[in-house]
Amino acid sequence: MSDISNFSDEEDSRQDDCALVDALSEINFNEHNIDSIRQNKLEESQEQKHEIHSDPASSSSLNFVDVDEYDYLHDSEWINQKCHVFILSTAGKPIYNLHGDEEKLNTLFGLLQALVSVVQTDDDCIRSITAKNTKFVFLVKSPLILVGVNKSNRSEQQIYNQLMDVYNQIIFIVTLSHMKSVYEKRNNYDLRKLVAGSERWVDHLLRNEKRTRICNSSFVSLTHSVRILPMESSIRDSITSTIQSNCNKIKNLVFAVLLANNKLITLVRMKNYYMHTDDLRLIFNVIDCSESFKSAENWLPICLPKFDSNGALYAHISYISDDCEACLLLMTVDQESFPILSNAKKNITEKLRRGNYIEAINTGMKDKGIKLKSDIGVSEIRHFFYKNKKNTQLLCSEITAPYIDNLDQFEKLEAMYYDLHNRIHRTSRPLKLIYEMHQHEIQLAWVTANYELYATFEPLVDKKSVIIAQVNKLLKWIRKEEDKLFMTGTHIF
Amino acid sequence: MKAIEAKIVVLGSQGVGKTSLVAKYISNIYSKEIGPTIGASFFTCKINLNNVKVKMQLWDTAGQERFKAMAPMYYRNANAALLVFDVTNYTTFSEVKSWILELQKNVQEPMFLLLVGNKIDLEQERAVSREEAIIYAQSIGAQFLETSVVKDQGIEQVFISIGLGLINLSSESKCSSMKRYESKDSLLSTHSSMSNLSGIQYYDGVHMAIDISQSVEANGIGRIEVGPWERDAVAHGYPQKSGWCC
Repeated sequence: MSDISNFSDEEDSRQDDCALVDALSEINFNEHNIDSIRQNKLEESQEQKHEIHSDPASSSSLNFVDVDEYDYLHDSEWINQKCHVFILSTAGKPIYNLHGDEEKLNTLFGLLQALVSVVQTDDDCIRSITAKNTKFVFLVKSPLILVGVNKSNRSEQQIYNQLMDVYNQIIFIVTLSHMKSVYEKRNNYDLRKLVAGSERWVDHLLRNEKRTRICNSSFVSLTHSVRILPMESSIRDSITSTIQSNCNKIKNLVFAVLLANNKLITLVRMKNYYMHTDDLRLIFNVIDCSESFKSAENWLPICLPKFDSNGALYAHISYISDDCEACLLLMTVDQESFPILSNAKKNITEKLRRGNYIEAINTGMKDKGIKLKSDIGVSEIRHFFYKNKKNTQLLCSEITAPYIDNLDQFEKLEAMYYDLHNRIHRTSRPLKLIYEMHQHEIQLAWVTANYELYATFEPLVDKKSVIIAQVNKLLKWIRKEEDKLFMTGTHIF
Repeated sequence: MKAIEAKIVVLGSQGVGKTSLVAKYISNIYSKEIGPTIGASFFTCKINLNNVKVKMQLWDTAGQERFKAMAPMYYRNANAALLVFDVTNYTTFSEVKSWILELQKNVQEPMFLLLVGNKIDLEQERAVSREEAIIYAQSIGAQFLETSVVKDQGIEQVFISIGLGLINLSSESKCSSMKRYESKDSLLSTHSSMSNLSGIQYYDGVHMAIDISQSVEANGIGRIEVGPWERDAVAHGYPQKSGWCC
């Protein structure tokens, strides 16, 4: 498992961007301008639409989709969305759009494609546009173009990483080589046909942008890591060896992954082959949003982009049992081996039941994160997340008051963490430690060779010595419980 | 007690209700949130008919175009095919026809075919007439049923018909890939979803009227349409010498 790859060329691109912003200052790409672009179109449009535009109250509602050409660009709700993600082909065909119906945004997709190709004519590649508080970040990966538009305080790099995740999810569905060959044959192919049925995987990946529940999941994508289901290491080892003993005679089996509640229980792999954290996160995403996997055994081709973006693996996906919502994935390169894997799964379930491990998994699943007060006894820390850099595993504390029941508060906290993360990892001047006092909390970010710690404290701790003592207590506790909280060592068939 | 074990493949366009149909029968749930099937899902169920225990291994396939290439994996060695279309969408009916052509081209073994028109609760939007579907079913030697998953009409019959069809197929010993054996399990160990059928009796070759359960208003829509039951319901391919003996 390796960490997030560094952007060595960021410095250059930053300069490019400045030039770009100058060049584009005439276009001044902002809301007002989108309006003016639409203005031309309006002149051609029918009277009926004029009525809608003239009434801002009605145009802010998305219920108007039944109008043939719904005008999103005059829809203040749509315009003011915090985050937009667009995917289009290099030929300008719309593929995906986070908010609204992409069919009705053809003009905008055309514009995005034009921006990319204008810069390409100078043998350059557009990276981003900044207009006031809005960032437009481009990821050009022929034959796809991904554009992220963000009004929050996310850095360009963070938006770029998000687009990269989305791109990988598309590859997960269609396989890079297949996608390329499709576009080679037909440049204007509509990729939506290939993605059909799996759009919700992309939606789910971006769920934090349409947040409905408060959870730690965005810190997982921020730190490019995975969370581990806490359990005694002896139990974890027994579960692992149960999988090993039932699978080690199966030819062509590459990975076995057992997960529950978006957390990893164990992973067994073929010798010399590795599962990348980014691939694992895609798997978590797909499992988390596919309710229907629960009712049957499933067999589907998937592509793990970091493992091999040009080939597919066949995955046998099933839940352990009705009384245990842990999901087992067995990934093979042999498309005929469903019966063997189905049988292996049956045996694994049986052995897990006999060893009372199902009970242990269910107990682990109740865990909502580390309880700071009762588990560790640090009362001044409100929330933290800790990334174990060696194995890219993340530990999060339970989200408590004042963030748990207040979406606004939580989003502010999240934004502060994103900002901290951005500043401490800035390639031009990476830092080791940030300590900040805000109006409502104190925050700390600390990066060492082995771990990264991000923590939020009560605002009224006035002595640094108290903070240091609390952090030390926390770190000591993590070290003591390491075997339980993290998955150490790798297991092969 | 005699038992047979058979593979069944569910085919049809996307959104016609294949997974809903199967899930409704197997676990008696209907959910709009179920989402499209990706790849394929595998279900098993047991049903006791005419003193024969039928073990079904169902492959519920994805209707999306990109999974079409995977289909041979599922229909190869299948003993029965459940072809589902949406009665409110004529295209899905045409696509069933292309599935039939594909099966006829690629499957050698005899196969029991059941054509199912789903979503008859949307009668006012009907686009495929019952007559047309029956005529087509007869032309390919398939049986035809209409169902509504939403109103729970005709679901039970689909699986009973498959069961009877498979028993028929196995008694003619035409199908070498089907497992036949003596089961030691008692008669009582039936699949749970059969329990509400206990009051109904089945006779050889007699098809039953639709089971109008309490919750469903009797609108006379759901009806069993039986194809040529007496005629060999085996659609295509050439009967091979059975590899099964004794």
